[in-house]
Amino acid sequence: MIDLLGYAAFFLSTALIFGLIALGLNLQWGLTGLFNVGIAGFVAIGAYTSALLTTPAVADRIGGFGLPIAVGWLGAMVLAGAAAALTGFATLRLKADYLAITTFGVAVVAQLVALNAVGLTGGPFGVAFIPRPFGALADHPVLFNFSNFAVVLAVTAVTYLALQHLTKSPWGRVLRALREDERAAVSLGKSARSYRIQAFAAGGAVMGLAGAVQAHLIGFIAPDDYVPTLTFQVWAMLMVGGSGSNRGALAGAVVVWAVWVGAGALTAALVPTEFQARAAALQIVAIGVMLCVILLARPQGFFGPTRRKAKPGGGDA
Amino acid sequence: MNLQFLVDGVLSGSMVGLGAIGITLTYSILRFSNFAHGDFMAWGTYATLTLVGVIGATFGATAPLGPLSFGWPLIVAGLAGMVLTGLMALALDAVLFARLRARGQSIIVVMASFGASMALRSLLEFTFTSRPTYFSRSIQMAMPVGWGIRITPDQIVLLGMTVVLVTAMHLFMTRSRTGREMQAYSQNAALARVVGIDVARVVRATWLLGGALACAAGIMVGVIVQIRPLMGLDLLLPMFAAAILGGIGSVPGAVLGGLIIGLSEAGAVQLIGAEWRQAVAFVILMAVLLVRPNGIFGVRER
Repeated sequence: MIDLLGYAAFFLSTALIFGLIALGLNLQWGLTGLFNVGIAGFVAIGAYTSALLTTPAVADRIGGFGLPIAVGWLGAMVLAGAAAALTGFATLRLKADYLAITTFGVAVVAQLVALNAVGLTGGPFGVAFIPRPFGALADHPVLFNFSNFAVVLAVTAVTYLALQHLTKSPWGRVLRALREDERAAVSLGKSARSYRIQAFAAGGAVMGLAGAVQAHLIGFIAPDDYVPTLTFQVWAMLMVGGSGSNRGALAGAVVVWAVWVGAGALTAALVPTEFQARAAALQIVAIGVMLCVILLARPQGFFGPTRRKAKPGGGDA
Repeated sequence: MNLQFLVDGVLSGSMVGLGAIGITLTYSILRFSNFAHGDFMAWGTYATLTLVGVIGATFGATAPLGPLSFGWPLIVAGLAGMVLTGLMALALDAVLFARLRARGQSIIVVMASFGASMALRSLLEFTFTSRPTYFSRSIQMAMPVGWGIRITPDQIVLLGMTVVLVTAMHLFMTRSRTGREMQAYSQNAALARVVGIDVARVVRATWLLGGALACAAGIMVGVIVQIRPLMGLDLLLPMFAAAILGGIGSVPGAVLGGLIIGLSEAGAVQLIGAEWRQAVAFVILMAVLLVRPNGIFGVRER
């Protein structure tokens, strides 16, 4: 029973971290209509930045500054946000698709750096011994899981409230205006490109923060954690939850993660070991098909705004 | 400096260029960047591999043609594979892309192509597992052709195939009625409709040609390198970069962009190591977007 509670806390922590990434994506896509297929890249930037800032010094790799966790998280947000700002700066005066292609490239390059820049990122072996909040409690698994969950919950709550506030602020209204009717907004003297870069950078920063929080939750990161499947899961979460709604992003994350974990446990229990890799592939097929079906049948998601038809993708298209 | 990188660069540039033709056509005619294009490539290659197996089972083992590593089964299977890949692209359009396009939100179509790409790729992993496989396991001797360059008979034939395909494609786009209609539609869709161009036919031709060329590029990768479910995903970024570098909508541009990227990659690999190959395409992409987003042959977007 106690174990089960501990697992529940761990499950919810992971789900909420996904929710955090989905919140970042919702700011970029749901609110601003900016397409990001390189989510895994921005999450990786955040995770590695925080890991390098906070781990104890090691001989064979740069970094290991042993700084406090909070500094690592801040660094993660700054660097991931800067990468997003740069991406936006290069592409947002062009057609919307160019942003998508470039974010895809960011993810590819982040993966390459994680895998090959051994002196910086540890290469395929990743970075270990990332300090964990409440690491002193590690002897009491349940207490440890719950305190970690409390940290994740607090970060998610603060981010959620901040984003809710931003959405309703004049800044958020400009973003919505740009999405709904760019010409009208521009005629009121709002620079479309500058606002979009800001939103894209802020969303990237949230994704970086999520990566950092997860790195410190697990205590170990490796390039395999940041493959395109991650990007894909987060998109599925936002689409299920309904883009445009912060609450939907969080709810979608919990629902999709539960389905994902459940399906994984089911295949592990039912499928013989030699077919497990194949079953895992089929799991991704299912999510891909689901994403397409949602796009076809219910583009506003299940928790999406129903009052007014959400119209993402106004963008530059 | 060893000039061998020229051969490697032209070879990988041909693969990228052939794939980029499909990307540039989809982008300029259907107005979305198709993230599933790399997976068309992988599907076509696996379809061809399966057909080669079927032919082998039906007619027994066949001798390879002359010094090549493959015989007529691969040629027949390859042609059939190109048709099948085109038809698959057409089918995916019918169930997914066409319906979303009708709603007029191009970026939703991009997202759907991203979801479809993930599903298609994982379906290959499910069917064939992620273990790499080959059309032929025989090892070919590379012939020296001077200046320290060596090339295998397979590579010569495949380069010839690329030249034939690109020339045929260029002639089709400039001389045939459908090709001209495709160009007209990409330049001004509304006007093309007004003058009575059959849009459905233009869309059909785009998918068939893009799919067939993706399959040809995939077979090239399969013969020269290896066959893996991820083979298309790995080429996606170079293909996008080539299409944008050449100028969206331009077939010669896509091929030239592919060659530039292939040669830069091969040159850079000598300096910084093969593991950074993909980063080269990204650097070129960023440079083009910042300096000349319309590409070499591109026209300004309306």
